Amino acid sequence: MVKHGPGAQNRVDVIRNLLQRFAYLGLILAAFALMMLGKAETVIVEEARARINDAFAPILEAVAEPAETVRGYLAEARQFLAVHEENQRLSEENKRLLKWQTVARQVESENAVLRELLKFEVGPQATYKTARVISDDGGIFSESMLVYAGVREGVKNGQAVVTGEGLVGRIAGVAYRSARILLLSDLNSRIPVMIESSRARGIMIGRNEEKPILSKLPPGTIVSPGDRIVTSGHGGAFPQGIPVGQVSSVSDKAIEVTLYVDSSRLEIVRIIDYGLDGILDRDRLRTDLPKNDLPAKPVAQPVHTPIEMRTVVPKPGTERRPSEP
Amino acid sequence: MKPGFWQRLDLWARNISPVGLSVVLILLSVIPTHIPGYGSIVPQLALMGIFHWTVFRPDLLPIIAVFAIGILQDALSGAPMGLNTIVYLTVFGVVLGQRRFFLGKTFWVEWLGFSIIAAGAALQAWLLLSAYHMHVLVPGPVFFQYLMTIGFYPLLAWLMGRWQRSILR
Repeated sequence: MVKHGPGAQNRVDVIRNLLQRFAYLGLILAAFALMMLGKAETVIVEEARARINDAFAPILEAVAEPAETVRGYLAEARQFLAVHEENQRLSEENKRLLKWQTVARQVESENAVLRELLKFEVGPQATYKTARVISDDGGIFSESMLVYAGVREGVKNGQAVVTGEGLVGRIAGVAYRSARILLLSDLNSRIPVMIESSRARGIMIGRNEEKPILSKLPPGTIVSPGDRIVTSGHGGAFPQGIPVGQVSSVSDKAIEVTLYVDSSRLEIVRIIDYGLDGILDRDRLRTDLPKNDLPAKPVAQPVHTPIEMRTVVPKPGTERRPSEP
Repeated sequence: MKPGFWQRLDLWARNISPVGLSVVLILLSVIPTHIPGYGSIVPQLALMGIFHWTVFRPDLLPIIAVFAIGILQDALSGAPMGLNTIVYLTVFGVVLGQRRFFLGKTFWVEWLGFSIIAAGAALQAWLLLSAYHMHVLVPGPVFFQYLMTIGFYPLLAWLMGRWQRSILR
């Protein structure tokens, strides 16, 4: 090594210090730029996120499975202790369900007869894919989860994600072998729903809190706690009638919905392919979804382009509540 | 004496371990736990890693690694890309300036220092997130996450201290 004097050493230090500072400032600016690009829904940012998720998805999946097995054993041990009460509860439930089964059979046959009479066309048949949840929700930062299924399995943006209990959310961001579920409670979540009994349609809006709220209900709609909320199927992205939740409180400020699905317990989910692109056609709608499934642009562009028709998705906090005039 | 190939590889592996450990911490914090409500208050494990290594071995935690750790956290947790990156870089910058204060002090001082830094980080994250969504978010979960983070720090600091003494020498 060449020996330097104390002065030279100092100078090297100063230069190194300066470079460090520049690198530091540069990286902070880069991070800010990333945030802004993300806000502007740039493809690159979402693509980068999808790539990173894909790279780590196999690791997360490998860890998620044994963790589930351990939890399964623990749950079994707990159930063993409560087997008597469980048995009683189940036989009561069984009685109740048998009654419902009779009703369902009657309705089913009646329905079949009526359809035959009306020559009713059944809507598109949905197909399901099953996927394992490999990440917890993003906590305070976002209400979303990763699943170990992606383009490889035919998952597409906008598809509904359900469990036996009801709707979980929709797919927002697909990579090759992983995809992100945007939960119903996320700030960006807007789901067309209806009140099951009155068929009043509205939009359910997430708030990054446990309970989403109902909005855009027709004026004069009567809502009361306990009303069941199901998907309305509007926009063609979701099948109609998937159970979503129950109205838990009604006030002047907001109608809160308690969801049927407890997202903290999700292990396996089903992704519904309804065979429709619906409102999620990128050319028509600007959404918060990443645009990595943007179809190739048509080659021939018309000379005169009319004003683009756009459906505006309300920004959080700016939408009107049903109680407002 | 020039060290042999294996010695250099060994040294390299040891030196890269602080960054590697931070990546493991991120993975740990996103793994589904299925504990009700835990998902929204999961401690900021990566923040602890960044604080610890910035205080004790800043030479093994280059700025670019902090940036990469932030990006990874954002990508996996679904946060707006760049949000945690800004928070981690700020923590890195602040702690690097104050690290003399922490060195050679008792663990209580270190813990106190961490709780102050983590409070700043939580506040910054909350402000950035609210600005990003243009919507004032409820501060409750942020506060509980902060409490969880400082609660978990002693355990993780002990583990990282052990690692530092036995692996990094």
